[in-house]
Amino acid sequence: MAKETVIQGVVLKDGSPVASGYARLLDEGGDFTAEVPLSATGQFRFFARPGSWTVRALVPGASGERKVVARQGEPVDAEIEVAA
Amino acid sequence: MSRANALVDAAWVEAHLNDPKVVLVEVDEDVSAYDKGHIRGAVRLDWKSELQDPVIRDFVNKEQFEKLLSGKGISNDETVVLYGGNNNWFAAYAYWYFKLYGHAEVRLLDGGRKKWELDSRELTEELPNRPATQYVAKDARTDIRAFRDEVVSAIGSRNLVDVRSPDEFAGRLLAPAHLPQEQSQRAGHIPTAKNIPWAKAANEDGTFKSNEELTALYAEAGVDLSQDTIAYCRIGERSAHTWFALHELLDLPNVKNYDGSWTEYGSLVGVPIEKDA
Repeated sequence: MAKETVIQGVVLKDGSPVASGYARLLDEGGDFTAEVPLSATGQFRFFARPGSWTVRALVPGASGERKVVARQGEPVDAEIEVAA
Repeated sequence: MSRANALVDAAWVEAHLNDPKVVLVEVDEDVSAYDKGHIRGAVRLDWKSELQDPVIRDFVNKEQFEKLLSGKGISNDETVVLYGGNNNWFAAYAYWYFKLYGHAEVRLLDGGRKKWELDSRELTEELPNRPATQYVAKDARTDIRAFRDEVVSAIGSRNLVDVRSPDEFAGRLLAPAHLPQEQSQRAGHIPTAKNIPWAKAANEDGTFKSNEELTALYAEAGVDLSQDTIAYCRIGERSAHTWFALHELLDLPNVKNYDGSWTEYGSLVGVPIEKDA
């Protein structure tokens, strides 16, 4: 069974955390793996196997994404800026 | 069934918010989502505590379902419109359930809660007041639900569509990456199953892909849509989403959801399993 690591972070619009929206975890091929609603302070957290991922954020009227590399035992912290 | 009779969009829901013959029902995995705001007039259904038998692993029976819906104030002659989080997984599961117990008019809100939120449509914390009814269910249908022996006998003879993620299909994970890793005894998939993750049937905003896109998706994955099909996942909710796409949107006649899914199959003694090396 694959060991998992953590990919977490916050979604920002104009530099401030967004209050509602969704974060999607896409694999190296761009395929959907998981989705979570953002917390009231714009935060998200995924458990995923080590590797290259894209976190894509959807909020009302805007979206954004960021590539991350997750390594075993090293949680990834990512800030994602969204724009219309 | 057809797309027009199974799916409604947000504009339709907004136009029917005050329609006395339409009842909105929110079904979430995270049952607290409803408390943070729901579509006006919507009642909540808890997929676990209300739709599952509390003791044995099974659905609530016909009498329990009647009592549940009567208590929610839902009548037989109302159109039930389901929506929820997780791209409508649990709403699709509840849709299948309503169909199983013979409710006449059931719809799914395309895009579910996510699209409604992303479109910045109104949510309220106000609770609906629906007087109790005398709901009467029909006997549970058996033509849309698959059980384990039927699944085993379908290996190599019918389409088996595994809608879990590639990592679960390959046996590298036992549950989706963002959920607790509830355990079956073994990891892998049912031999001859094709892996078409549920999400491939949906757009980014949670709406279903067009019928043309859906047909191409399953055909390209090697599913012969002229044959009977059984869909499964881990506990039967993601596969209810795919069942909805195949049976309700594409209008294919013999499609069943195997709600026992991998948590049952992966714990059976002696059944064949495939996994990636």
